[in-house]
Amino acid sequence: MSAQPLLETTGLSIAFGGIAALDRVDLAVGARELVSVIGPNGAGKTTLFNCICGLYRPDAGVTRFQDEPLPRRPDAVARRGIARTFQNIELFRMSTVLDNVMLGRHLHIKTSFADAALGTPRWKRDEVRHRRRVEEILDFLDLQATRRRRVGDLPMGQQRLVEIARALATEPILLLLDEPSSGMTAEEKADLVFRIKDIREEWGITVVLVEHDLKIVMGISDWIAVLDHGVKIAQGTPDVIQRDPAVITAYLGETPA
Amino acid sequence: MLPRSADVALGSRASPRTARIHLLSVSSDLLERYQDDLYLVKGATGWLTVAALLVGLVALPFFLPKVGLGYLLFIAILMAANVIVAVGLNMLVGFTGLISLGHAGFVAIGAYASGLLAAKFGLPWYAAWIGAAVITAGFGFLVGLPALRLTGPYLAIATLGFGIAVYQVLVNWTALSGGRTGLPVQQLSFGIAGLTATQQLYYVAAGAAVVLSWVGYNLARSHVGRALAAIRDSDIAAEVTGVNLLWYKTLAFAISAAYAGIAGAIIAQALRHLEPQSFTFLESITYFAMIVIGGLGTVSGAIIGAVILTLLPHYLSGLRQWLPIFYGAAIILMMMVEPRGIYGRWVRIKMYFKAWPL
Repeated sequence: MSAQPLLETTGLSIAFGGIAALDRVDLAVGARELVSVIGPNGAGKTTLFNCICGLYRPDAGVTRFQDEPLPRRPDAVARRGIARTFQNIELFRMSTVLDNVMLGRHLHIKTSFADAALGTPRWKRDEVRHRRRVEEILDFLDLQATRRRRVGDLPMGQQRLVEIARALATEPILLLLDEPSSGMTAEEKADLVFRIKDIREEWGITVVLVEHDLKIVMGISDWIAVLDHGVKIAQGTPDVIQRDPAVITAYLGETPA
Repeated sequence: MLPRSADVALGSRASPRTARIHLLSVSSDLLERYQDDLYLVKGATGWLTVAALLVGLVALPFFLPKVGLGYLLFIAILMAANVIVAVGLNMLVGFTGLISLGHAGFVAIGAYASGLLAAKFGLPWYAAWIGAAVITAGFGFLVGLPALRLTGPYLAIATLGFGIAVYQVLVNWTALSGGRTGLPVQQLSFGIAGLTATQQLYYVAAGAAVVLSWVGYNLARSHVGRALAAIRDSDIAAEVTGVNLLWYKTLAFAISAAYAGIAGAIIAQALRHLEPQSFTFLESITYFAMIVIGGLGTVSGAIIGAVILTLLPHYLSGLRQWLPIFYGAAIILMMMVEPRGIYGRWVRIKMYFKAWPL
């Protein structure tokens, strides 16, 4: 871990009706790291993402990004360079793949409302510039052939890729992936692993991954944090985590002595 | 370790050729640059249709009296106003997914504002109309603020309440509205020589409808339209992707209200006498029915719905008392059978024949 973490949560806590979804979670992710957060169902993994993105307001604790506290509104967080995908795919179902990914460019669009309303040449130039970037991303994720399909008509695996494409289109510094492989075929999963590695290595984007497929997690993570009932019970390299007795207990339950 | 078969999967990327073929199958003309995608009107057939429509609109005032239908020019003016309201309302309901059952309130504010601005301050017509649009946009912004917290039926009730409140204020604030007896609206001079007052108003109204529809098409394909559709389909994803919900939801209300304001100004000039009874809840439902029947979420759908629902009451004037029932039934039927409206069905039929014989 580098001296100055890119993303740092300190004592992050949030409770829903007396149930502590997150309980004093400390996490420090360095720049260009690939980190996984794992844990049984209801451990608070998605809640952690929601707190970082500004969708939930934590009861206590601070989240700092690039050594500054994160703003409260989700769109302001996006502007700081944090993008994410969702566990239950949140795409714009009635729109095409192209329009979904183009929305990822939203925060980089500089043309004014008036330019858009009148369709001025300035608007056209800007739109084409963003379209070029979107086509690069579609190319990277192998989605070119689907660009005019309505997103709701695509198979689950491709919908997950469209979500990643939309997140990448925002040019994030930090990418939060929430169970990107669920609903994918074995082949798509293997493909996904290489893409996530590329996102980190070629695009230099820091990745935090919430994932249930432990083969993927163990294969690509620099280090892993384990949550159970909102508490971080372990943190370390894949080898260390696999042998950690607390993690084994959390996943398999108490073993009789 | 990971299976190496992933390499094979990566190697199977679609070649540029397959992408080109895909483009071909969707559009009749070959698209070669990304910019080609941005044209609103594509191909010779598209331009011919637009040209025919525009020529038809220009020729209408001279053509109608020739076939003994001169009185329809007045209906055409109301149609232009309805098209403007429907395009604006669709921006709110169809694109952004925010329901308004009180749009007659905005139309009323536009009508009275334009009439009063011209009468009290002696403004020329365009200044009075722009003033009416600005004032209604302001009201739209205010009504939009609760929309940040309210969705679905709750927002429907809130906007319904707004529509009724406007009506009640107009009935009771007699100094402003003339009360139940009504407010006479002075005839504005549009300064087009050689035409009757109705013909002048027709050209101004039709011109406004064309320009505002064109702006609607522009907004729909731009980042504004994408952001509004994103809010409709998944507001949390829109937010997390960088769309400011506060700004875009209130913007949708403001645009939609401004459109209604312009339409109100046209209606004020057409009726020349305003009374609150012209802007009741039934009007709001009629506007709503226009976009549902024509097609939610498309500018063309709004235009088609407005045209149909302007002509229908005219030809069914003997059955006027049945119209609310008809609108209600049509809304339910459309929602069940074809949620994208008549225009959506038309697009599907077109795609079917384009793909034929597949």
